[in-house]
Amino acid sequence: MKSILFLTSNKSDSRNGPGWQSSKLLSCFSVVFFAVAILQLSDAQAAVDTFAFDTEEQQQRFRRLSDELRCPMCQNTNLTGSTGGVAEDLRREVHRMIMEGMTDEEIEQFMFERYGDFIFYRPRLRAETLLLWFGPLVFLLIGAAAGFGIWRRARQQENSAPQLDVNQQEKLRDLLGQKDS
Amino acid sequence: MSKLKFYIPVIGFFALAILLWRGLYLEQGELPSMLIDKPMPQFVMSTVEGAPVTNADLPDEMFLLNVWGSYCLPCLVEHPTLMRLSEEGTIPVVGVNYRDRQDLAIDWLDDNGDPFAFSILDEDGRFGIDLGVYGAPETYLVDGDGVIRYRHVSVLDEVIWENEFLPAIAELRAEPAN
Repeated sequence: MKSILFLTSNKSDSRNGPGWQSSKLLSCFSVVFFAVAILQLSDAQAAVDTFAFDTEEQQQRFRRLSDELRCPMCQNTNLTGSTGGVAEDLRREVHRMIMEGMTDEEIEQFMFERYGDFIFYRPRLRAETLLLWFGPLVFLLIGAAAGFGIWRRARQQENSAPQLDVNQQEKLRDLLGQKDS
Repeated sequence: MSKLKFYIPVIGFFALAILLWRGLYLEQGELPSMLIDKPMPQFVMSTVEGAPVTNADLPDEMFLLNVWGSYCLPCLVEHPTLMRLSEEGTIPVVGVNYRDRQDLAIDWLDDNGDPFAFSILDEDGRFGIDLGVYGAPETYLVDGDGVIRYRHVSVLDEVIWENEFLPAIAELRAEPAN
């Protein structure tokens, strides 16, 4: 957003002043802007990466957990992507619990006891979440049953087309022949 | 019979449409608290003024637990209500100074007035996690046994006090004592 506003205001300058000067100014500004943007990016990355681990496996578990746990304050980001205060605290807690040797299940239970199903991007399978997990499957089954019913009825109608014996067929041909003439 | 069969999907469609339509307008900010009907988390901490404080220091009667911070603008909005409740002796208010700095918290209380019996100093937000807090302000209603009975997220003004807290308190008072 910032960058768009920035560049358009410089473009309007170029219409008034000498072209070469403002384009030079523009490129100068963009270099500064991108430098700042990159600095900010690496800064945000650093917020996630300042935890020290003993093993690669611990680090991977930390990444997986902070990717799958949802920030309770800003409900559409995970812990990894959130700069919210509570997300920062929860990352720290996840790190602490991993270093204390707690299993993923224990850490997830810790989060569940405090923040409930909302903390998980993949809610646990419980009585309250049954509909959430299997609702789509139920709808699929209802759809499949309806589709099957329609197909079976259509086939029944096909099969129930009258079977004519030899005499009846002759009669039919006569009738059709009469109509033709 | 066949007419009824024709209407089943239509009725189903409208039922689903109404359900999803309502879902669009649900209050999204407020997550249900996991701590309702659970005891207050154990704590051995310090007050904003630096005195040691534990669960034993909590009021024996029903009280409000208000999560606040000096950085929190909505906390200033609800501040007059908390001041009134505390000054009129309606209900004791205990504070949780959440993710704040001690000196800023003390300044804030000096500048605006201190409605709290005491404020638990939770600089790193660790106690907030045990409470399931996700941002100031939040207010919990805790009964005399130290059990959390109600939570309100965001500003507790006079309207919320009238419409949410008074009925909740009346309901708890009406419960037979065990």
